[in-house]
Amino acid sequence: MTIRVRLFATLREGRGKDLEIEKVQNGRELIEKLQIKEEDVAIFFVNGLHANIGVELKSGDEVSIFPPVGGG
Amino acid sequence: MKSYVGKVLRVNLSTGKISTEDLNMENAKKYLGGRGLGSKMLLDEVDPKIDALSPENKLIVITGALTGTAVPTGGRYMVVTKSPLTGAIACSNSGGYWGPEFKNCGYDALIVEGKADKPVYLSIVDDHVEIKDAAHVWGKLVEESTDILAKESPEKSRVLVIGPAGEKLSRLAAIINDKDRAAGRSGVGAVMGSKNLKAIVVKGSTKVEVADAAKLKEVNSECLKILKENGVTGQGLPAYGTAVLVNIINEAGVHPTNNWQLSQFEKSKADKISGESMSADYLIKKNPCFRCPIACGRWVKMEGKPEGVGGPEYEPIWGFGSDCGVDSMAAIIEANFWCNEYGLDAISASSTIAAAMELYEKGYIKEADLEGGPALVWGNAPAVIEWTKRMGAKEGFIGEKLAEGSYRMCEKYGAPQISMSVKKQELPAYDPRGIQGIGIQYATSNRGGCHVRGYLISPEILGIPEQLDRFATEGKAKWTKIFQDLTAVIDSLGVCLFTSFAMGAQNYVDLYNAAAGTNHTVESILEAGERIYNVERLFNVRAGIDGTQDTLPKRLLEEPIVDGPAKDNVHKLNELLPEYYELRGWKEGAPTAETLKRLGVE
Repeated sequence: MTIRVRLFATLREGRGKDLEIEKVQNGRELIEKLQIKEEDVAIFFVNGLHANIGVELKSGDEVSIFPPVGGG
Repeated sequence: MKSYVGKVLRVNLSTGKISTEDLNMENAKKYLGGRGLGSKMLLDEVDPKIDALSPENKLIVITGALTGTAVPTGGRYMVVTKSPLTGAIACSNSGGYWGPEFKNCGYDALIVEGKADKPVYLSIVDDHVEIKDAAHVWGKLVEESTDILAKESPEKSRVLVIGPAGEKLSRLAAIINDKDRAAGRSGVGAVMGSKNLKAIVVKGSTKVEVADAAKLKEVNSECLKILKENGVTGQGLPAYGTAVLVNIINEAGVHPTNNWQLSQFEKSKADKISGESMSADYLIKKNPCFRCPIACGRWVKMEGKPEGVGGPEYEPIWGFGSDCGVDSMAAIIEANFWCNEYGLDAISASSTIAAAMELYEKGYIKEADLEGGPALVWGNAPAVIEWTKRMGAKEGFIGEKLAEGSYRMCEKYGAPQISMSVKKQELPAYDPRGIQGIGIQYATSNRGGCHVRGYLISPEILGIPEQLDRFATEGKAKWTKIFQDLTAVIDSLGVCLFTSFAMGAQNYVDLYNAAAGTNHTVESILEAGERIYNVERLFNVRAGIDGTQDTLPKRLLEEPIVDGPAKDNVHKLNELLPEYYELRGWKEGAPTAETLKRLGVE
């Protein structure tokens, strides 16, 4: 069970940007393992699609996590 | 009403007559200021059917109702005119410091009429207004022109100028103030050029008066707190600038690549041109606008410019980057710099080069046409720099065509479908096939292809103020109308649209009521926004631009996305447009008589 994780903006600090995380069942366990607070997660993609942080993950999923950001 | 000066400056360049008149306060009440009031003035004064580059067109430079006050980001001005790119109404909005300086001269707006018989510039020092000879700066780039004009003007004057692109009537020409801030879109720089007007230099010594200074101070503090505590305006934008969007939009698979033939740039390449990379490798400092606590503007490193240059926003990074297949941040920074120097709209300029690359790929543009210039192939970093310069100078066979914009260029080659534009204006950096709401906004924007008339990316991608399903069509017509109406309000008040990542409609109402002494509610101010949207639309309808032009390029309606997470989707405009018209009270894209009556549009 390997999840590919891509972190962005401030979430990269002290963690890196491309990680492989094992033995997590869902998004909440994943961010806990990465020591990311839930309130710091603004956008949570699984395979490029918006997902709830409680979503069940399966091996090979790619998760992208962003803090609050905007632009235009 | 306070927060307005109550005066309009009128300059006729054909006759040399300079006059002032009272601002029509009845119109100010109904249309707020800036974009709204400017649109009403244009509708009242300019025949929508005229040639945009003829002396009959007028250039309306107008500040917002809150411009020059202490309101956070209250520094914006707008240029309203008939667009030579779209033939529709143009309203281009810029920050920096020029807008408040102009208002402090004692005017809410400037109306430029006619055409000078030789290059001139306007010098406005409070009520001392002069039309001066500009022969010595005509033909010069923006930075040098700005420096020369600032030097011969009173200390701390602010300079707004066009570059060679505007002088040569490129339909992509921007107006640049403070060297690197652009009223960029819709070719407004060419309207200045058509009047032989090189620059407007301002130095003001008055201060904008407000109705209730104590109340405004209190509301300002609340808004500043909201902006500081919000993750987007307090952390994300200050730390990374707008470029932080590159990775998000790319991960979502709606980041047009190779002139929209793909919707996702290779992830490692996208990361090289992201806000994260810019901050790590290129950022020198932030480059904020007047009274802005967000400071998303960047000041970045560029080879050959040891002091640094104004950095590219998300849009040109995408345009010169992913849309041209280029992963060199250094090249993007330089191409963006040349847009500022020649006075080009960086969205349209970069998208037009991307279209030229597809024309080259498909054999329409031949190698011999390039006249020794770099090959127009995906990923060729030197090409985006060199072709921007030739476009800005209107130099050579291809440079001339590029300067006309992607639609006219592609049409000349018999391939208009390659131009990714709406109403002939190039689209920005979000693929609506995977974000349905932004597509209806693109199609119905009164100024043609544009994202900042109703930034549906906020709810559809960023989850602000709530997360919508980006692939769904349900409810999107309504969201679009509300966003468009609120944006019209924000633009008319003269504050930055980015405040709306954190602030809500009630905050703007509170700011305006305290400054102007009005009694607006959220409902009444949104109705003003709706009125403004309808006045713009009325100008377009009278110009002959009706609902048949509320559409999207064929590629977005008929060709499904081929890659990434939004694969297999097209834009479902036909499902959305009838509902949108119904909500607007429009028939075939035109406001009905009842709608205009309801809104009090005369």
